[in-house]
Amino acid sequence: MKFGEAVREALDFCLGADPDVVVMGLGVPDPKGVFGTTVGLQKKHGAKRVMDMPTAENGMTGVLLGATLAGLRPVMVHQRLDFAVLAVEQIVNQAAKWRYMYGGRQSAPLVFRLITGRGWGQGTQHAQSLHSWFAHIPGLKVVMPATPGDAKGLLISAVEDDDPVVFIEHRWLHGVHGDVPAGAHRVPLGSARVARAGHDVTLFGVSYMVLECLRAAEFLAEHGVSAEVFDPRTLRPFDEAAFLASVRKTGRLVVADTSWTFSGFSAEAAALAADKAFSALKAPIKRLGLADCPMPSTPALANLCYPRAQELVDAAWSVCGKAGPAPRLPAPTTPLDVPDPSFTGPF
Amino acid sequence: MQRAVRLDLYRRLLRLRLVEERIAELYPQQEMRCPVHLSIGQEAAAVGVCAALEKGDWSMSGHRPHAHYLAMGGDLNAMMAELYGRATGCCGGKGGSMHLIDRKAGFMGATAIVASTIPMAVGAAFGSQVRGEKRVVVSFLGDAAVEEGVFHEAANFAVLKKLPVVFACENNLYSVYSGLGVRQPKGRVIHRQAASYGMKALAGDGNDVEESLALARQAVAWARSGKGPVFLELATYRWREHCGPNYDNDLGYRTMKEYRAWRKLCPLEAYERVLRKAKLLGDAELGLMRKDIAAELDAAVRFAKDSPAPDPKTLMTDVYAGAA
Repeated sequence: MKFGEAVREALDFCLGADPDVVVMGLGVPDPKGVFGTTVGLQKKHGAKRVMDMPTAENGMTGVLLGATLAGLRPVMVHQRLDFAVLAVEQIVNQAAKWRYMYGGRQSAPLVFRLITGRGWGQGTQHAQSLHSWFAHIPGLKVVMPATPGDAKGLLISAVEDDDPVVFIEHRWLHGVHGDVPAGAHRVPLGSARVARAGHDVTLFGVSYMVLECLRAAEFLAEHGVSAEVFDPRTLRPFDEAAFLASVRKTGRLVVADTSWTFSGFSAEAAALAADKAFSALKAPIKRLGLADCPMPSTPALANLCYPRAQELVDAAWSVCGKAGPAPRLPAPTTPLDVPDPSFTGPF
Repeated sequence: MQRAVRLDLYRRLLRLRLVEERIAELYPQQEMRCPVHLSIGQEAAAVGVCAALEKGDWSMSGHRPHAHYLAMGGDLNAMMAELYGRATGCCGGKGGSMHLIDRKAGFMGATAIVASTIPMAVGAAFGSQVRGEKRVVVSFLGDAAVEEGVFHEAANFAVLKKLPVVFACENNLYSVYSGLGVRQPKGRVIHRQAASYGMKALAGDGNDVEESLALARQAVAWARSGKGPVFLELATYRWREHCGPNYDNDLGYRTMKEYRAWRKLCPLEAYERVLRKAKLLGDAELGLMRKDIAAELDAAVRFAKDSPAPDPKTLMTDVYAGAA
């Protein structure tokens, strides 16, 4: 099953399991159904529970936050993470604070599904990955699945969670296939996953970067480096124990983020490792992220912004103290600004 | 209206149509690797409003800005090069189709977030007022933009300060595939709602270029005279898909009946009929116009395709002032 279908299955399950679950967002019931993730849900669960909304992100976030007072468990969907930036007031000042500032007398069981774009000229305002912003906020939970199974299992857990959850989907994951358990499949928030075991270096990937880490690890194995791929799955709560166990095991850490490194989550991971596993470290920690500029539209420049498996191989080679230049992966056969050859734009 | 003015209006409409059709034709080559939101069907509103402006006036727009940019006199070569992601593009390739700008032409920018340029246009008018300049600023927006908080916040301020702003609202009935029916209450009249803030409100047929121009002239004169902002609602319709070069009626979010009814109200064909009837336009003039525009377009596409991709060194320029 594809990642996008797994998201849809999770929503379908939640709508079926709990009559208080509602799904709202611009384009949710439209024929394309947010890249297929909401197709058919309105027909099955009714227009009172699966609906479109005015183009009013901040106001509608407040409306859904208010709806939790009456017992609803809303899922709000944004076709781009960048659109949720308009609603940061309600998400950060309000939803994230409700439980705490009311001394536990209030909760905000909301899920925000945000989609990070990439490629095909998405540019400055359609390709941001601002998970580090949200992960900075006590009161919010931040989930970033990398596999279809985790997309379903984490989304169900997010909807059932009593706190506000920012659920970030990378657009390039929607078409990725994987095994998805049927029915009530739950993955607890705050539990990481070792996507591939290894002992020389930990490759820490966020969201789509897990796939690049796996590509790199597979290639590195052919060249005598055993890389472990660590997928945090949720950034907050963060599975510190699993992370530190991996770092202690390998003694080397490369963090690959879908966003900028400066003041980003990769810095948090590096700081945790340095703070709590310093004695286990055998080499300086390396971080990979976007070029430190807004995302340009033209592929000529945007292609330079994203780290890929090769950069991970280079970094792993370096921290492992290997002699000579790192081996080169075969050159990609599809254009760098599309996830796969079937993607021909424009959205 | 004078013959020359009418022919010029027609020529502008035709030019917008041919530019967008050329983009639609070339897009499948996959060399324009950015989202494109075409204005086909909505040309008359852009042409009418911009024709009412004077040199020195400004406008700003949203994610569907090609017609506004060109109607303001934005450089066609630079726009095509931007769509092709080239160094010679109006943003050097960094913006793409949704972020056109040509300050020389008074087109001060466009942005991909619905309604985000509305307060900026109000601010441009505020700045001009503070500096004692007689400029009018047009904020191009759509029917969904009035659902955003910033519209209401900016409208209030524009009325408070009697700012010379024209809110030119092209109501094309849809926000992506979401019709007005799921976004605004039945019976809502957008320009009347705007009037409730205390601004002048006008409305008309956005597919009739002369009507659009006449209304825009009224609006611009009112704004320039210091009486405050004007909301101008122009009814129109997007023919092609929300984003991309194709048609999307097969999706079923709007009916073929509705599409066909609007298709009959083609702003270009309607004006052609008017001018032919008035004996102002015949096959010969039309042929010449088409030939001229096609040549201009050929040159623009060639310019774009022949232009170099941006130098990788430019990736890190423009992040901050002074860092070349």
